[in-house]
Amino acid sequence: MRIILKIKRYNPESGRKPYEQVYETSANPTDRLLNVLMDIKQKTDLSLSFRKSCAHGVCGSDAMRINGKERLACKTLVQDVAETDGAIITIEPLRHFPVLRDLIVQQSSFFDKYRSVKPFLINEEPPQEKERIQSSEQRSMFDDPTSCILCQACFSACPVFDENVRFIGPAIIAQAFRFNEDSRDRGFDARRKALDTPDGIWACENHFECTRNCPRGIKVTKWINQTKKRISEHKENN
Amino acid sequence: MCLQKASQMRSATLHRFLQKSEPGINFIYKLSIFYGEVFLIHEFDALVIGAGGAGLFAALEAGKNAKTAVFSKVHAIRSHTGAAQGGIGAALGNVEEDKPEWHAFDTVKGGDYLVDQAAAMILAEEAVQAVYDLENRGLPFNRTPEGLIDQRRFGGHTRNFGESAVRRACYAADRTGHMILQTLYQQCTKHDVTFYDEFQVVDVLMDGTTCGGIVAVELATGDIHVFTAKATLFATGGFGRMFKITSNAYANTGDGPAVLARRGVPLEDMEFFQFHPTGIQGMGILISEAVRGEGGILRNKTGERFMERYAPTLLDLAPRDMVSRAVISEIKQGNGIRGDKKIDDYVHLDATGIGRETLNNKLPEISSFCRTYLGIDPVDDKIPVQPTAHYAMGGIPTDVNGRVRRDGHGNFYNGLYAAGECACVSVHGANRLGTNSLVDLVVFGRRAGIHLADFIKHADRNNGKSDAAEEAKNKIAGLFKNKKQPSPRGVDLTDKMQRIMMEDIGVYRNGPDMERAVDALRELRKAYANVRVGDTNKAFNTDLLEILELENLLDLALITAESAKNRKESRGAHSREDYPDRNDAQWLKHTLACLENDSVHLSYMDVDTSLWEPKARKY
Ligand SMILES: Cc1cc2nc3c(=O)[nH]c(=O)nc-3n(C[C@H](O)[C@H](O)[C@H](O)COP(=O)(O)OP(=O)(O)OC[C@H]3O[C@@H](n4cnc5c(N)ncnc54)[C@H](O)[C@@H]3O)c2cc1C
Ligand code: SF4
Ligand code: FES
Repeated sequence: MRIILKIKRYNPESGRKPYEQVYETSANPTDRLLNVLMDIKQKTDLSLSFRKSCAHGVCGSDAMRINGKERLACKTLVQDVAETDGAIITIEPLRHFPVLRDLIVQQSSFFDKYRSVKPFLINEEPPQEKERIQSSEQRSMFDDPTSCILCQACFSACPVFDENVRFIGPAIIAQAFRFNEDSRDRGFDARRKALDTPDGIWACENHFECTRNCPRGIKVTKWINQTKKRISEHKENN
Repeated sequence: MCLQKASQMRSATLHRFLQKSEPGINFIYKLSIFYGEVFLIHEFDALVIGAGGAGLFAALEAGKNAKTAVFSKVHAIRSHTGAAQGGIGAALGNVEEDKPEWHAFDTVKGGDYLVDQAAAMILAEEAVQAVYDLENRGLPFNRTPEGLIDQRRFGGHTRNFGESAVRRACYAADRTGHMILQTLYQQCTKHDVTFYDEFQVVDVLMDGTTCGGIVAVELATGDIHVFTAKATLFATGGFGRMFKITSNAYANTGDGPAVLARRGVPLEDMEFFQFHPTGIQGMGILISEAVRGEGGILRNKTGERFMERYAPTLLDLAPRDMVSRAVISEIKQGNGIRGDKKIDDYVHLDATGIGRETLNNKLPEISSFCRTYLGIDPVDDKIPVQPTAHYAMGGIPTDVNGRVRRDGHGNFYNGLYAAGECACVSVHGANRLGTNSLVDLVVFGRRAGIHLADFIKHADRNNGKSDAAEEAKNKIAGLFKNKKQPSPRGVDLTDKMQRIMMEDIGVYRNGPDMERAVDALRELRKAYANVRVGDTNKAFNTDLLEILELENLLDLALITAESAKNRKESRGAHSREDYPDRNDAQWLKHTLACLENDSVHLSYMDVDTSLWEPKARKY
């Protein structure tokens, strides 16, 4: 089918403001949008820049806004975003991050926030057995957020960032939750300091946009709210 | 701090210039100017190129004692280890009796006896502690009812030297690799490991047989950086992008082996490239062997479970080379689903008997791939699959401590290490068993990191009396100028290479096809000389980096084809129609291939068969 891509472009070296470029191309309805972008790049415009790697939705490289929604280009088929012949697909970089070039946004601020919540197992006790014993029920408490690929899509989707760029952000709280709820972990107190702040969990206003747009289907808002609850309870008890 | 005039700085003086730097400061940020161009020069003790499982494990070990930097051309967390699905093999014996010795034997037999047997023993023995170690560091493995690490079946893994399938694969749903990568990255965060994300290494500083560092392009700026160190470890992963249909990421272009090959390092057993039997038809996306481990069955167009005819004992869980050949044989006989005998026909992977609960709990990613890319639910519908290029058994030759070999006579490079899929220890021989790559990463990544850290204590700094930085600069500059009209498009060369490799160096091979492939690849390498960038900017010039990757793939494709052409037997993944049998008398030996400009020079190295006598491989 024939599709029209409207891609938001930006090249810091050109001195030109961000602009929209239109490409017309043909694609199969079942093609991945990443392949369509690759095709345009390789055959029409080698200067079009975007990140990519795994091409099947597991590495988190190619989160972008497609028709105004955060998606992974490699996990989006043409038919998911274009219904009829000649349909227009708009493609923009993620919001709430500085754009470095075309669809490539800055990653460092995201990973700075990631590091701030100590996203690793904290437990200085030697394991009782060869492995630390954990039941399937205990494991299931934090299974959902372990599938996060740190793609940054939820940061773009979250309206809190419109006003407050210092917000620690949905994925980061979900990461903290993943360890806080792990029966093997003892790091709740260490992580609480980064979470229990106005720009931490309390900045979340429950818009649910992270949950709605997470390409991995993670129940991000739920884990944020459980983190709020646990920290509130902790404060009441102390 | 040390800015000098262009005219005074030549690469020959680079090392002297570096030696003047203050002792005791490990990380020195310097600028020097060559021919008006700025190089950024950094000093470390150790460099790790690649941030997949192998690189991160090595960095965690090396970082304990040495100032270490890790490089990744994609952000570390985007490395392809994250795509690994099914499991990591270790004889924990958590659900049924198991022994490392059985694991080692399966590895040797699975590799069609081209495996170095003492190395396989190390792999199997150290796998056990490595898995506990990952668990202790937080990896959320699935659990048994007792709360132990759960284990499941995988191809070629058996109890008691081949009796029947054994549950050996430890797993975290079907995102085991994702969890390994995340856990190791988390540990690197904890230990403050230094990362250079989105830095693409393009050359090594070799001074004779000593490696003194690397040259890298920073994606964000296009700047060329020089990093010097006492030791450098390559862990750049696989190179499935040589082939049209592959489970590998765009980033898997074999940069490490190619860069080293161009500097004279031999590559081992490159003719052995694994095709995984179950890639999603047309796309190559992997459907893990775990699906068959949990009870999935391969069927042809009549619905027949055809593996009964090819591997009566292990059936669908026979090693991958056998299953891939069986699939292609069925297709060639017209038993594919379309039945047109064409190379892109396919068969069915029937997971409908597994049940919704197991699919949801143990194979959720696979189910999601089927829904997203095929619009089907594996609970109800069979999955269309075909062999997909998956894993490089061959690569940079190393010993069990990751040291890179110079030849087949026990000589090594100084300060040069390799681990993970880009390396060849060799524990996978002619065919890797499922779950053994993840083990390889953690066992040999760790060993290489430890050895490297120890080496550094006694090593002198060699600041690479090398012109590599300048050469890299000139090469890149050359890609920007003298555009010939019409200059070939990179994408066309890539496409041709991938088709040649898929058709002529694929699951089945024969002399005339390989001959033709070698000639065609030579032509493509010639044509490559005229490729120029279409994007002339510096920042985030992905076009430039892809052109550099294409050069790597073309070099490795040629080495692979030449190595394959010369091996006149069938063994593991190298299966020749004109030499259908294994020939131990002549070919029980490793290939070492050296790239010399346009030709590939081949020599051979003994295989360690100290534990088990090679036997015919039956399942
Ligand atoms: C879909 C899939 C499923 C798999 N499932 C399993 C499984 O269940 N069990 C199993 O044992 N194995 C499995 N494998 C195989 C296994 O995952 C890989 O062999 C393994 O992860 C490779 O790890 P690595 O550390 O060697 O390299 P990778 O994880 O590929 O990492 C390579 C690193 O090198 C970097 N790099 C590359 N070139 C450069 C350069 N020029 N400059 C700087 N950095 C560079 C990359 O950025 C990356 O960080 C699977 C493979 C695939 C593709
Ligand atoms: S929570 Fe979802 S959207 Fe946010 S970074 Fe993780 S995978 Fe991406
Ligand atoms: S390319 Fe990896 S998530 Fe899309």
